[in-house]
Amino acid sequence: MTAPEVSAPVSTETTLPADVLTVRGLDVAVHDQRLIEDVSFTIRAGERVGMIGESGSGKSLTALSIMGLLPEGLEASGSVRLAGVDGDLLAADERAMSRVRGNDIAMVFQEPMTALNPTMKIGRQVAESLLIHRTRPDGKSAHAAAVELLVQVGLPDPAAAAQAYPHQFSGGQRQRVVLALALANDPALLVCDEPTTALDVTVQAMVLDLIVRGVERRHAAMLFITHDLAVIAMACERVMVMYGGRVVESGPVREVFTKPRHRYTQGLIGASDLAVVDERGRLATIPGSVPAAGRFPAGCVFRNRCLHATEVCAERPPWTSTSQDAGFACFHPTSEDEGIDHG
Amino acid sequence: MVDAGATVSSSTPADPDAAISVRGVTRKYRRPRTSLLQPSPPVHALRGVSFDVAHGEHFGIVGESGCGKSTLLRILSGLDRATSGTVMVDGTDISDLPERKLRFLRERLQLVFQDPMGSLDPRMRLGDIVIEPLVAQGRPHRREDVAALLEAVGLRADAADRYPHQFSGGQRQRISIARALAPAPRIIVADEPVSALDVSVRAQVLNLLADIVDERSLTLVFVSHDLSVVRHVCDRVAVMNDGEIVEMGLTDEVYENPRHPYTRRLISAVPTLRKALAGATTADLTQESPS
Repeated sequence: MTAPEVSAPVSTETTLPADVLTVRGLDVAVHDQRLIEDVSFTIRAGERVGMIGESGSGKSLTALSIMGLLPEGLEASGSVRLAGVDGDLLAADERAMSRVRGNDIAMVFQEPMTALNPTMKIGRQVAESLLIHRTRPDGKSAHAAAVELLVQVGLPDPAAAAQAYPHQFSGGQRQRVVLALALANDPALLVCDEPTTALDVTVQAMVLDLIVRGVERRHAAMLFITHDLAVIAMACERVMVMYGGRVVESGPVREVFTKPRHRYTQGLIGASDLAVVDERGRLATIPGSVPAAGRFPAGCVFRNRCLHATEVCAERPPWTSTSQDAGFACFHPTSEDEGIDHG
Repeated sequence: MVDAGATVSSSTPADPDAAISVRGVTRKYRRPRTSLLQPSPPVHALRGVSFDVAHGEHFGIVGESGCGKSTLLRILSGLDRATSGTVMVDGTDISDLPERKLRFLRERLQLVFQDPMGSLDPRMRLGDIVIEPLVAQGRPHRREDVAALLEAVGLRADAADRYPHQFSGGQRQRISIARALAPAPRIIVADEPVSALDVSVRAQVLNLLADIVDERSLTLVFVSHDLSVVRHVCDRVAVMNDGEIVEMGLTDEVYENPRHPYTRRLISAVPTLRKALAGATTADLTQESPS
């Protein structure tokens, strides 16, 4: 996939908000095996972008490379730039990255218990982040700000909550604490990796709403990673579809989910729609299953499961750009008027 | 007689003609003591649950974590005992039967669990896993049975020599289903069978389950936190909250016209593509939908 052109000083572009995150040609490999290939995208201030994919699609690895948290042995190349930070994040050393994380980039992961220190009261944990990044001058004002953040994420009795330990909270409340921690230093970019997957539906609804409100209030950029199409559709404006370590399609949520162009996106939407069944009452499916990492076919990564694949798909499909930030990589896309009716 | 209507009173006697008939089942647990002076208060996991499932019916149980749905399943399958109340499976009261008399239950009713990795022994070959329910019950079995079971769930017969880790999540769930089918049960109880699966595989497993239940005219009890999955699979649904059934009825009716406030909250909290494309935002998920 070629990146959407960076240098196109068209008049419409000047009205867009500033770029916050710019990823160009990101590759991640272990030994000689490529896990992520040529991922490029831009997220601007105030923009909420979703990244969707099934397990093994490379979505979490993308997030980890942006934050410089790749596990030992995995090598990232390409470039990741963040507004307000000099140089390439991929080239930055751990010292520099630890100043960026929690300050310019913050993250919320799936499992809130592992993100919190079990031996520290949560008020102190939030205050610590404010002190380390010198957002607050002293302990007292940091503690006051921490309580204010706990108010913002809707914890009941925030003053008492600040004095409690993580194990005293439920899963949803812990995720609120993690969110308070993530938003503490008003980050330019919030990365959420399956933040609500482990939560009950009613709790998920509350946490999603808090994330969206917290990001909107700070006019921050958001990268939201999940396998749940409906969650992305509710929380984001733009979506990237990942499969086999590549972005196979991207565009505005409404367009991608009503008029998918890539055959994988089309299959994914069909398979997740439980209200549409055939005459026997059966759901639409994608044949086969997601291959293990490194076992994806060459050329188009989806071709071994695709009903439309031909010989040409042994070549790598080029990126067809439909507008800025939108496009797909498929030799046999759905036609433009072939939409999906969501009733 | 199973009535689609809302409630079954705990005072009416259990129905011996139903596949499953549950009356006034409660289950109390005691937490470990935290004080020397007084025992810790009991946890009421089930507070008087009553319902009937007719033969061949697809019955759904929906609720969030801690609502008591897993406790109920354990009691239905004879893995746990009710503190009070009656559970009848195929006309036999299992509430007071000793373990050695539950053999008929293991033949009649089989379970499919959520986590296909945790419920398959990693050191057993597929062939042995699938046939184990028969071995455990000391029933005769042949090698052809294994092949037939694997083929019934869309796996190749030569998979019998392989181990669970060699299969993907969706295939492992197929193996669990094959194992459940081994004793030719009349009732399948599925506990969140697709919650751990990827979207593209979830549809395959739901279709397989539907095929098998239809072909063999089985009774299905399907437990899930996901109301839209239950709506697709089940004719009738019971919504559980805090150890009680707060609403019960035909799935479409409950979905379209929820009466209990908890059901309304549950339905409005589920994000869907339809809602999003109709312009709903995350703030709308936290609102209780108007009935």
